[in-house]
Amino acid sequence: MATNDRDRRRSFIRQVGTVALASVLPACAGRPSTATRAHVVVVGGGFGGATAARYLRLWSEGSVDVTLVEANPEFVSCPLSNLVLAGERKLADLSFSYDGLRRRGVRVVHDTVISLDPVRRSVGLFGGERIDFDRLLLAPGVDFAYEDLPGLQAAAAREHVLHAWKAGPQTLALRRQLAAMPDGGVYAITIPLAPYRCPPGPYERASVVAAYLKAHKPRAKILVLDANAEIVSKKALFAKAWAELYPDIIEYRPNCELRDVHAATRTAILDFEQVRADVLNVIPNQRAGELARVAELRLINQRWVEVDWRSMESTSHPGIHVVGDAIFAAPAMPKSGHLANQQGKLAVAAILELLAGRLPSPTPLLTNTCYSFIDARNAVHVASVHRYDAGQKTMLPVAGAGGLSAMRNEFEAKIASAWALNIWADTLA
Amino acid sequence: MKKLHFSLVALLGLAAAWPVAAQDDTLARNLVATCANCHGTDGHAVKASGMEALAGADAAKTLQKLHEFKSGVRPATVMQQIVKGYTDEELALIVGYLARQK
Repeated sequence: MATNDRDRRRSFIRQVGTVALASVLPACAGRPSTATRAHVVVVGGGFGGATAARYLRLWSEGSVDVTLVEANPEFVSCPLSNLVLAGERKLADLSFSYDGLRRRGVRVVHDTVISLDPVRRSVGLFGGERIDFDRLLLAPGVDFAYEDLPGLQAAAAREHVLHAWKAGPQTLALRRQLAAMPDGGVYAITIPLAPYRCPPGPYERASVVAAYLKAHKPRAKILVLDANAEIVSKKALFAKAWAELYPDIIEYRPNCELRDVHAATRTAILDFEQVRADVLNVIPNQRAGELARVAELRLINQRWVEVDWRSMESTSHPGIHVVGDAIFAAPAMPKSGHLANQQGKLAVAAILELLAGRLPSPTPLLTNTCYSFIDARNAVHVASVHRYDAGQKTMLPVAGAGGLSAMRNEFEAKIASAWALNIWADTLA
Repeated sequence: MKKLHFSLVALLGLAAAWPVAAQDDTLARNLVATCANCHGTDGHAVKASGMEALAGADAAKTLQKLHEFKSGVRPATVMQQIVKGYTDEELALIVGYLARQK
């Protein structure tokens, strides 16, 4: 099997080589040379893909045709979804249709890409349709590495032990479990080794659930079982908040890598102990979404897609742009919805230059701002600016820029909500 | 410092009045896109968000604010950190582009 796989890959690479050549000569690439409108296919309608679809239409002033392929009927925002767990927001308030993109002329197809022909430049959908493209942008998101957890192989087990790390039905189900948990119960959350989607997210979740428990089930406890050696993001801010607000509720345990789960008894199996909980919330290990495998993109650590930051093109497949949580991040760059949105725009700027026969900007820049709630009324942030370094061929954080909140505060909770309204509109409206 | 500041503003006044080279306009557009997550697409913030509308804002005034964030004169929660990631030339492009938005 390995040999077959390798052969297949080799012939694939040969095909891709042709594509790579074609893509440095965008003006004479592929297709019949009649001056037809360019067509960009975007696969994946999260923050990265939806933003890209929208900005392709905006910045080309409607001159580029765009098709967005997304399996889910609506967009559900992961940012702010921890507040749904705490009973402070409704999931419906974080859910949006793709009609805004349709109004901008994006053709939205609710389906899944199951094959890619980089030579013919077309994708095949589960529903049977084939769609040709001039350039392809993939936003595969993350998949959960359930293969690491034998006890969560069965679908029934996964409905019992939830991740709620992709906002949607799992968010509502975890909210129900927390609401049904008895006072005096234990909510355990396991955090995978970094990198994973939204580094401060698990700690925000522990914080806002603690606020909920403090108000409604004051004898309940939270066990944070972290595979990492310390809090991955905003460490001092979370540690201080927990010590001051939730000292009898949150117990933090570093270096607790999850080895398996016994779903029926909601037991987390660690190296040297087993922890039973009333509500067990497992955030599994993560890797680039299946789409990256379908496209056979070059991965780093067999998990994340390697890109050229000047255009967000896959290093193995020039002409195929990849954005969002699926990519191998640059130093100090988190996997965030904010950055996926920014990468989507960076990719669009490059695509439009390449379609016009020009080179993309040699010095792209990205920013990140990420808010975490400590409770419904207080939040903290981390911010950074990343600039392309031609010598190191990656994005590097700009020295002296960026930083953290001095202290949790009410003003930043308001700004966090304002941020959400604006990024949702910038992504989908 | 102050002197440099005023000359930048003066330069910008000229830049805003003159036609912008296509390449600079694309660069300005790309830079403004990095502000959009909080300040709205091309500075058109969602009204309900309460964020100040930057589209159509006076370029000199916006630039002065940005330089005050940068120098620390004007207190902020995030902008004083973000603004340090941009060069003065980039900030001038950004405010010029925002001022041209309807």
